[in-house]
Amino acid sequence: MTFEYAPAPESRSIVSIKPKYGHFINGSFVAGKKHFPTINPATEEILSHIALGGTSDVDKAVMAAQKAYTKTWSKLSGKERGKYLYRIARILQERAREFAVLETLDNGKPIRETRDIDIPLVAAHFFYHAGWADKLDYAGLGHNPKAYGVAGQIIPWNFPLLMLAWKVAPALATGNTVVLKPAETTSLTALLFAEVCQQAELPDGVVNIVTGDGSTGSAIVNHPGIHKIAFTGSTEVGKKIARAIASTDKKATLELGGKGANIVFDDAPVDETVEGIVNGIFFNQGHVCCAGSRLIVQESIAEEIIEKLKVRMAKIRVGDPLDKNTDLGAINSKEQLIKIKELSAIGDAEGAERWSPQCDLSNKGFWFAPTIFTGVTQAHRIAQEEIFGPVLSVLTFRTPQEAMDKANNTPFGLSAGIWSEKGSRIFWASQHLKAGVIWANTFNKFDPASPFGGYKESGWGREGGKHGLAAYLKNGKETGAK
Amino acid sequence: MSFYGLVDGSEKSLIQYLDQLSGVDQVGAEARAAMLATRSIKTTSKKWAIETAISMVDLTTLEGADTPGKVRALCSKAVRPDPTDPTVPSVGAVCVYNDMVEIARTHLDAIGGEHVPVAAVSTAFPSGRASMEVKIQDTQDAINAGAGEIDMVIDRGAFLAGKYGLVFDEIVKIREVCGDKAHLKVIFETGELVTYDNVRKASFLAMLAGADFIKTSTGKVAPAATPPVVLVMLEAVRDFYAITQRRIGVKPAGGIRTTKDAIKQLVLVNETAGPEWLTPNLFRIGASALLNDLLMQRMKMSDGYYASPNYVTID
Amino acid sequence: MATKKESRVEVKKTYKLFINGAFPRSESGRVFEVTAKNGDFIANPALASRKDLRDAVTAARAAQSGWSKATAYNRGQILYRIAEMLEGRADQFESEIVFTSHVTPAKAKALVAEAIDRWVWYAGWSDKLQAVSGATNPVSGPFFNFSISEPQGVVAIASSDSFLEFIDAIAAAVVSGNTSVVLVPGGLAVPAMSFAEVLATSDLPAGVINILTGSLDELAPWAASHMDIDGFDISGIQKKKHGALKEAGAENLKRIHSFGSGKTPARILAFMESKTVWHSVGV
Repeated sequence: MTFEYAPAPESRSIVSIKPKYGHFINGSFVAGKKHFPTINPATEEILSHIALGGTSDVDKAVMAAQKAYTKTWSKLSGKERGKYLYRIARILQERAREFAVLETLDNGKPIRETRDIDIPLVAAHFFYHAGWADKLDYAGLGHNPKAYGVAGQIIPWNFPLLMLAWKVAPALATGNTVVLKPAETTSLTALLFAEVCQQAELPDGVVNIVTGDGSTGSAIVNHPGIHKIAFTGSTEVGKKIARAIASTDKKATLELGGKGANIVFDDAPVDETVEGIVNGIFFNQGHVCCAGSRLIVQESIAEEIIEKLKVRMAKIRVGDPLDKNTDLGAINSKEQLIKIKELSAIGDAEGAERWSPQCDLSNKGFWFAPTIFTGVTQAHRIAQEEIFGPVLSVLTFRTPQEAMDKANNTPFGLSAGIWSEKGSRIFWASQHLKAGVIWANTFNKFDPASPFGGYKESGWGREGGKHGLAAYLKNGKETGAK
Repeated sequence: MSFYGLVDGSEKSLIQYLDQLSGVDQVGAEARAAMLATRSIKTTSKKWAIETAISMVDLTTLEGADTPGKVRALCSKAVRPDPTDPTVPSVGAVCVYNDMVEIARTHLDAIGGEHVPVAAVSTAFPSGRASMEVKIQDTQDAINAGAGEIDMVIDRGAFLAGKYGLVFDEIVKIREVCGDKAHLKVIFETGELVTYDNVRKASFLAMLAGADFIKTSTGKVAPAATPPVVLVMLEAVRDFYAITQRRIGVKPAGGIRTTKDAIKQLVLVNETAGPEWLTPNLFRIGASALLNDLLMQRMKMSDGYYASPNYVTID
Repeated sequence: MATKKESRVEVKKTYKLFINGAFPRSESGRVFEVTAKNGDFIANPALASRKDLRDAVTAARAAQSGWSKATAYNRGQILYRIAEMLEGRADQFESEIVFTSHVTPAKAKALVAEAIDRWVWYAGWSDKLQAVSGATNPVSGPFFNFSISEPQGVVAIASSDSFLEFIDAIAAAVVSGNTSVVLVPGGLAVPAMSFAEVLATSDLPAGVINILTGSLDELAPWAASHMDIDGFDISGIQKKKHGALKEAGAENLKRIHSFGSGKTPARILAFMESKTVWHSVGV
């Protein structure tokens, strides 16, 4: 007999999902007019119905945020603002399991990741930024830097609650109020977060959540009462936003796409490198803007690495996201699955060699086996375009400079990985790579203290750390001696 | 001389071979082990894992205060871990000091435990600080007394001083003494080798020299069989198999006290070396207290309520 | 021998462009006239074309790697050298500014003095930027994590017609390691091209600063849409025209900023990109 792991599903009894949700405006839920279903992408079960926010809903939310900004939030000291953020962090920790299960149900990502990564990082983000609220004079932005006012925040579906935390925590810590729109397919944890705001007794209107689709997001971007836009999503939409606000005074931070190079030198620690490659592209089903989606491996060890990678990939457990042993969950939506399939088909057509381990994929829900393409060159579309799925393109290089040239040969500049046991080579490579986040002998690590964001078409600005505060503050008075 | 056609036994060839091995990144190895520790093993798979773990235990007593009575009691337990349930398998082996081998062997044979081998810790266990003559005699004594398995220690001082040839030669000589009478397990005392790079090097050194098993620790030094150390050793046996087509066993020893710990080890084996290693022939767990915890967990699974130590025998 | 003093005919300068360390004419062959307040002819600077812009961007890109990898100490010394060279020719700049900007000699003198001091101020920033803008980040895990700021690459500058603002914009862009293409309007062309001569004698590598004189209205849209320009300082352009440039710049998400007058490290940092590196820490 072999060691088959029996199903170990996390109980979903900890969450209660309402049949229908409204928007969260000015501290309470208000009914929506039109609704659309939100489904569990692992089963296609309809979980609830989400309100489709229109311009009037956005208008109400912005008015509430403006009022909250002028009447309460901007009048609070940083010390008091910080205490609200600490409260939110603590409540998130208390209700962590509930959030993890709900996120897994709504998004399709494995419970192991929501439980061990997403939700702990969410709480950490609020805790970290809470401490900044009364220390903004030390953020390097001059004396008494000021908030913009109302921040319009539009977040993606790949890390729904984590992206909310990345946006809301710094905005509130710096004294802005918020109108946030979660992604169309993943609104539930944001709506549960609204309850956390209520439990934390956050003043009404400081956080407003309007659910909906692209048109709702567009209404936020174009609303004259919004002073600052924070967007995470595709480069295509990011450019649209940049154009939409070009003639306004709105500030923007944009966290957009990537085609991260994961570079393996011949002196890499092989087993940990293979783990890093797996983590780089199969973490969160590859729905990661900073995914290491291009493996750039030194030709002399390419064969060994690919062979070991295949053995390792065969051990990836694909299936029920609520099962505690699942490594790779469901693709978030049918639309995304189609896109992944299309780009993979292009990989086939361009002559790259596709390989996946044997996987029993459910007929219900949206699934895609972990996949690698070997024999890929820079000229292949799968080496250039973001697939945003569990699909890795493998390229090779001969010299370190060639690795750098290939890594940088993209309009994106979000992330890169370096695998080598030689310290000086790691520093050399990290200097040469044009990317905002570089992981040396690790990959896909996140922390509220660590700034995140990209060069070139991967976006504008940083989120997290001291650098992330600049996105939400107008420079204060210069304090330097003349 | 040629060892698997990979080295000729000279220090130079050993250094060349060990230097070309991939390094181990501590953070990555520990992260992988920690991730595998989150595997949730329930119901049928847990039952299977508990019984498999019982069959892999090298039930051990290595005390200055060991007496014939203590060793005989241990042997009885080894053959029938749960006297009330004959379906519980015997353990993998009984592990004792050299002078207790004969007592153990005789008693096992007397109580129907012919199938349970006696493992003897040898070569001036646990420090290994003795002359080669003494180490050889020590091993010979154990084999003469009926030991089917020899758990030797390497000379950690020599290893840390870079004298790989010396370490290698000792293993080769003890291997010769074992001949076809005893399986050879080579103990690294990973707590003294400290780095995972050293653990990987020592693993290959021992395998090249003819080890049948590689073993983490004596149980006298902490840390001992931590999951990342075992992970690195399992990677080594997996890689060695890919090169030589020979499967070498792995024995974590020291610090594995609970069913949870043991199941984590089995998960490591399953997802690293592979299911082929999930047999007492290729994986053992050196332990003493662990066995009773496995038995209690087994009772809980069959009875449906939590067990008490009053219902498992203490020796 | 000479018995009678003859009045000497002044040798006048031909104003050209400054691209890749050389002084070419505009490929278009066009010039425009700069006159003094009283209408007297001063010079015919080159009216740069979009093809000149293209060539300047190519030069700036080629110079990028070397300039950004030069040590901060080296960049600081070169910027300080620019101040030295400017100091030696202060009189010339004063009179050119008086002629072209219609300010009093006293004001021009103060302006040039301040411009020289600005170079000294910026020169000192080259090896302090990391101390101010960088960070080591205490992440929760066995990682050494730090953030450093790097130059964005090629920065275009649409300068205002003020000599001091022209200096601020250039110094802020290049001190961190960016290379630049500077678009200069109107009468500023005269001191700007004299300034190019300062640059040519300051050990500044070719292509780090390229100066094009002419019409901002003509050149700025080409700079905004150029896909190989990373940043664009549009301080010299009227605010009502910013929207169109930003829209064009969105195609490669160019970093487009404008600044008021005055010196601030924020202006330097606006054309830098933060890079965060994680290293595993273990034995």
